[in-house]
Amino acid sequence: MIMVDRFIEDKGSKIKVDTEIEGKSGTIDFDTLRSGGLIKQRQKDLFTVRLRCPGGRVPLSKLEKVIEVAKKYAGDYIHLSFRQSLELPYVNYHDFKAIYEELADKEQRVASCGPRIRVPTACSGCEYNPNGITDTQKMAKLVDERFFGKSLPHKFKISFSGCPIDCARTSENDLGFQGAVKPEWDEETCIGCRICSKACQEGAIESDVETGKPIFDPEKCLYCGDCIRACPTDSWQEKVKGWTVRVGGRHGRHPITGHKIAEFISDEEVPRFIETITEWYEENAKEYGRTRIGVILQIPEKWDHFVQTLRETFKDKVLENPKAPTKNEIHFE
Amino acid sequence: MEAEKREGRIDDSLNLKGVICPINFVKTKLKLEELDDGQNLEVLIDDGEPMQNVPRSIKEEGHKIIRVEKISDGSFKLLVKKGGRT
Repeated sequence: MIMVDRFIEDKGSKIKVDTEIEGKSGTIDFDTLRSGGLIKQRQKDLFTVRLRCPGGRVPLSKLEKVIEVAKKYAGDYIHLSFRQSLELPYVNYHDFKAIYEELADKEQRVASCGPRIRVPTACSGCEYNPNGITDTQKMAKLVDERFFGKSLPHKFKISFSGCPIDCARTSENDLGFQGAVKPEWDEETCIGCRICSKACQEGAIESDVETGKPIFDPEKCLYCGDCIRACPTDSWQEKVKGWTVRVGGRHGRHPITGHKIAEFISDEEVPRFIETITEWYEENAKEYGRTRIGVILQIPEKWDHFVQTLRETFKDKVLENPKAPTKNEIHFE
Repeated sequence: MEAEKREGRIDDSLNLKGVICPINFVKTKLKLEELDDGQNLEVLIDDGEPMQNVPRSIKEEGHKIIRVEKISDGSFKLLVKKGGRT
């Protein structure tokens, strides 16, 4: 009868939110709540409000506003969610509208929950992290602006890591983008100093015993760019840079590991990549209902169709024999 | 000939054997602060983690490694030109 339930994530709980809110609906402006971001608490009438903080970066002007609002309407602490959001606990649902409006002063928005594209997460950023290859913060912002809140068959989480260390855990997200750079060596300028073979942590570069010049094994290369950064003569250079993409991961009760599906996707191609995948997901989840993409992709014929669909647009950037998502069962081992 | 001599000249040196990361790099930085641009600092560092990290950090700070020499005990001698990359 009342539409509250679809804004609330924790449906499994024994507390009957519908009954509590029923009859008081006149005080809530449901239009302002459309995107969700409200998580029911154990306590009657109280919710946690999750804020939209793409890439986990919160400008101080917004943070000041958040604190002001929290002092007025929420508990005496802020909780940092596992996906980089600020969460204000102990908010009475009567105050939702006021909170939305006051936060909007500084363009701080409320996040989402439910079956839609969530706020993207990202590592700290290439402009100051020495390992960073790709601009994760720029992409998190862009993807948040373009895709946040898009309805899908189930929740859909996207993350960005700037390098192969993969702090944003791209294999645990429905869709994960990880920065990578393919190195290229110039023999002319190389002085045979052996620094690159020392810098490489993967054993992909050995030094010739006589000349000290590198012997490169591309099979072992993680595309981290350590050789490029270490080379004193710039003999190692960037050949191609882009995003390694993993698809179908999730955490939760039954985690799934997503594996590499494509390599060296450019910044410009990222939105199209997300569109292609989410469109496929919408179409192919119909027969399964509220099911995560990683579950569907484990069905062999679905996986083949999925890979084919991606290849139509992204050609040989899609791996030749990509691996479907795999179960990572943690409870029944 | 003069320029060639200058290129490899050692103006100061620092023994960082047994000094762990990132203290070895910080000590290198402090020493380089005492030198003028274009002067050369010889640094002795251990193989392993120091050799993996210190040369890269030196480069990122805008200096240039102009020579690398492996010593018989397995450590490395780097010749660093202050501000060589700018």
